[in-house]
Amino acid sequence: MNQLIEAVELLLTPETWTGATGMGARLLQHLQYTGLAVALAALIALPIGLAVGHSGVGRGPAVMITGVVRALPTLGLITLVALFAGLGLTAPMVALVILAVPSILAGAYSGVGSVDAPVVDAASAQGMSTWQVLWKVEVPLGLPIIIGGLRLAVLQVVATATLAAYVGSGGLGAPLFLGLRTYDYPLLLAASLVVIVLAITLEVVFALVQRVLRRALRGTS
Amino acid sequence: MVEILDWVRWGLNHSDRVLMLTFEHLRLSLPAILASLLVSVPIAAAANRLRPLREVIVSGTGLLYAMPSLPLFIVLPIILGTGVRDMINVVVALTLFGISLMVRSAADGLAAVPEHIRLSATAQGFSPWRRFIGVDLPLAGPAMLAGLRVVSVSTISLVSVSAVLGVQSLGSLFTDGFQRSIVASIVIGILATALLALLMDLLLVLLGRLLMPWTQTARTSAGPVGRGRGR
Repeated sequence: MNQLIEAVELLLTPETWTGATGMGARLLQHLQYTGLAVALAALIALPIGLAVGHSGVGRGPAVMITGVVRALPTLGLITLVALFAGLGLTAPMVALVILAVPSILAGAYSGVGSVDAPVVDAASAQGMSTWQVLWKVEVPLGLPIIIGGLRLAVLQVVATATLAAYVGSGGLGAPLFLGLRTYDYPLLLAASLVVIVLAITLEVVFALVQRVLRRALRGTS
Repeated sequence: MVEILDWVRWGLNHSDRVLMLTFEHLRLSLPAILASLLVSVPIAAAANRLRPLREVIVSGTGLLYAMPSLPLFIVLPIILGTGVRDMINVVVALTLFGISLMVRSAADGLAAVPEHIRLSATAQGFSPWRRFIGVDLPLAGPAMLAGLRVVSVSTISLVSVSAVLGVQSLGSLFTDGFQRSIVASIVIGILATALLALLMDLLLVLLGRLLMPWTQTARTSAGPVGRGRGR
């Protein structure tokens, strides 16, 4: 328990947060990694997911790939890519993107697929083009589930980005592994606590956004 | 192609170590999978009983999943009073993740048992306890099995992370392979983890068929009956 108190004291010291390798800079890096990885994954997964959900083509393979990637141990993925890409940001970024793609993909195809068929038929009967049906009907109605996929991706990436420091990158994993190697338990604990608080904060924010979206949709329909 | 041969050769040369680590991996994951099932069912049953609190309990335990695994492996020893490299931390942390996944499927499975079946069991003189064991639990079984399969895959894949703290598991093949630049070690580690997850999944499916034979016979006996009607 003393170590926990020391860790909290460390977090309450302003000097902990300042400087190029301070907790503040590490937190910012961590958020940058997360943002970049989720954005790249969304760029890959959203178009494919929306297309699969809209047309129903390739649903089987998409479900299978999602399952297989989820079973991959992330540490194995990161270290394997790191041996080929060398130390730095490339390896963790590749691994984080691979990790985030299945959740976003699953959210996109099940979101679009969850829209009632009569609603979609009615939209095309009114003369909407395929493109209009997708953007004006399927995406808005499936948005809570699509956001749900992004939420899961952010959650996994924030947690796993900690491992980036294991293969020589920054982020909140850097003070964590420094504490681990130098037996500096207060630092190790402090960094762990920051990651936990960050992950839970993001989760709560996303849950609120999803709830607001659901309410808004129910209001219009 | 040559590389694949190298990996196979490495795996064969180190089969003793891979087997030993697989055993360690199971020693960490099996208790966690079992414990998350045993803890989740009562929580789910209680959540269903306390209607207004149901969503709070189910979402609350779900929030546990937001907890990043590595920091949890580190913070738990402080709460439990164990050492950072102790395997108990890993088992407890994995159990918490398992519970966060399992409570929802157990609660949904139990809630899906039709009310009239429950009422007729009570009318036949089942005590609440016997009704839960003999009626609710078997009927919710298939949904719970589906949840447990997710828990099993996720647990087996999560165990590896504890290797960076020095806890032995198949994840040690990743840390060793990375530190000594042996690609084969990491590849074999990934394959062994995936294979273990697959075998555990098959085992759970088989166990489900053994414990819930009706999920099997319902499908096969429906065939001939259906055809008979058609004629």
